Amino acid sequence: MNCVLAEDNILHGTPLLRWVYELAGLFLPCWLSYFIAGFVIMFILVNAVLLGAAVFVWTERRLVGRLQNRVGPNRWGPFGMFQPIADLLKLIVKEDLIPQGADKIAFVAAPIIMVATAILMLAVVPFAKNTALADLNVGVLYVLAVTSLTSVAILMAGWSSNNRYALFGAARGVAVLISYEVPVVLCLLGVVIVAGSMSLADVVTAQAVPFILVQPLAMFVFVAGTSAELNRTPFDVAEAESELIAGYHIEYSGIKFGLIQAAEFGGVVTASAVIATLFLSGWAGPASNYIGWLWLLIKIGVVAFLFIWIRATFPRLRIDQIMAFAWKFLMPLSFINLMAVSLEVYFLRDSSGALTTTDLWIMTVINLVVFAVCIPLFGSLIRDKVRPAQLQPTARATPGATVQQAGGEVT
Amino acid sequence: MLEDYFRQYGLIAIFIAIAVIVPTSMLTISWLASRIGIRPTNPTPVKQETYECGMEAIGGRWGQFNFRYYMYAVLFVVFDVEVIFLYPWAAKFLGLPLFALIEMFVFVGILLVAWAYAWRKGDLEWA
Amino acid sequence: MSWVLFILLAVVTLVGGVGVVATRNVVHAALSLLVSLLAVAGIYLILFAEFLALVQVLIYGGAIIIVLLFAIMLTRSSEYPRISDNRQWPIGLVAAVGLLAVLAASFWISQHQSAGPESPALGNLANSLFTRWAIPFEVASLVLLVALIGAIIIARTGEDEG
Repeated sequence: MNCVLAEDNILHGTPLLRWVYELAGLFLPCWLSYFIAGFVIMFILVNAVLLGAAVFVWTERRLVGRLQNRVGPNRWGPFGMFQPIADLLKLIVKEDLIPQGADKIAFVAAPIIMVATAILMLAVVPFAKNTALADLNVGVLYVLAVTSLTSVAILMAGWSSNNRYALFGAARGVAVLISYEVPVVLCLLGVVIVAGSMSLADVVTAQAVPFILVQPLAMFVFVAGTSAELNRTPFDVAEAESELIAGYHIEYSGIKFGLIQAAEFGGVVTASAVIATLFLSGWAGPASNYIGWLWLLIKIGVVAFLFIWIRATFPRLRIDQIMAFAWKFLMPLSFINLMAVSLEVYFLRDSSGALTTTDLWIMTVINLVVFAVCIPLFGSLIRDKVRPAQLQPTARATPGATVQQAGGEVT
Repeated sequence: MLEDYFRQYGLIAIFIAIAVIVPTSMLTISWLASRIGIRPTNPTPVKQETYECGMEAIGGRWGQFNFRYYMYAVLFVVFDVEVIFLYPWAAKFLGLPLFALIEMFVFVGILLVAWAYAWRKGDLEWA
Repeated sequence: MSWVLFILLAVVTLVGGVGVVATRNVVHAALSLLVSLLAVAGIYLILFAEFLALVQVLIYGGAIIIVLLFAIMLTRSSEYPRISDNRQWPIGLVAAVGLLAVLAASFWISQHQSAGPESPALGNLANSLFTRWAIPFEVASLVLLVALIGAIIIARTGEDEG
């Protein structure tokens, strides 16, 4: 029996998968060998998330250490590279406590759902030409739908822990998550309009000019929204350790804590992959027919570095600032992006409804101007309205005033 | 066409199963480790207490809950539903006539009214 | 094949639904509702309505359940975790039977319109939504606007009283 893949099949682009498919097709029916080739992709994807999480943890700790004038983990292996393995082993052999009065089913299910959503997000990301686990017609919506399930898992974790702080952390985290979901969903409309399709493979092919240039506003909103949804500084009020101990995963220990961490850091990797695909033209690049996956990896690395850099640079925002940022800053920006893009597309498209590369460059210029105007404009709207005068102390302190106030004497 | 549809969602369904099995098996491995004594399991009432700054926890988990959260959730649902309506429009906008553009602007205009109303009434503040 | 899938998903939906009414813990009820809603998304998928299926996951799975859980947390249900009010079950039964009757009747009436398996292209959906069904589409956004304003006003009066 000979199985031959059609030219436009999603497995056709990658020699490895085509080879697996054809080899299996020698002995098995075609549909079965198709699924075997699918298993190869799944194996790659699951490992991409779990190993990616490990690599990301190490990179982040080293880089944040570097950025904060520290060394970071440096004991185990070259440059402390085996630190994640040591962490994993430690977490596996640690006692795994379930607190009194906890809701056991939800308590165990929550970390599983978190890891599952982090893995599932990668299913529609094309990692080379014509290669993805599934090239859904509604790929963008798939990504959004899978992300939205995380909030339920967080609420489950917080509620089932039987701990007030965990519940508050979860509620805050979910409030932040849902607030940022609205601008994120809005800004992706611009991407979908220009690509003319919701499939991520089409989004990549539509990027003759990367969308980071064509729609800088959408990119900005999406990156800000994603880092909020990943509960990363500066938006990590959910686990603000100085206020809420550790947020929704206070009561988690042992391997369950490990899973939550893996989901969080693996989530950064998958989110970077999604951003790289949507805005940095994914696998496209020179010689992308052969090394498309390498381009995607490089772009994921760049985005992940951006996340680490943001984390190392900005202090945590207060919850009211976070909410204002989402509803009063990112919302209008994504509205403007949507209107600007739809108007530009309407006037630039030709009679058959296609956009040329020149059109994309024209849009780039217009949108960069819009970007440069809108960010300062709307930024001034949400800036804390505190006059510098109010920050000044009312009276100039004399030396030793504090000591005198405290009841001491200055000699 | 239909075959592709089944293949793709078949693969997604299998992938969902795998994505659930992988973390579950990690939990199982840890549980097995506790069976053969690699991992300690020695829960005591003190250990199982919920953590609250090291003191004994007073009261239940519930506490006072800010009404804000609910308001944000309602706002989120309304906006989410409205924006999702626009997705089929966006995906096919390259081929749609002027009428569709105007219609979208009316739709987004209503959305903006809702947004402005919520802002005006102070429901976007966290207070 | 799709019959097997349908029966499987229908069973999951029903188990979730029974869980909602049978459990004594409101949060568990909400989580069983989530199971039920996700299974319904699966049923949409085998009906070739992929857009609808993902919207179901996004809106019902991600948004409505969160609203429900937040609403539950605003109540004092934790003080009475094992008590649920069952005196209204006859009314509930009547409502459920009535709904079943309406659904069965509408299914019976519209039966002749059923078509064979077909994957509706997104373009057709967009076209019909923005030309033939333009007015209902705009009305839908007005309804949502009214819902939002209503929610805000109710919240305000509640605060004035407290």
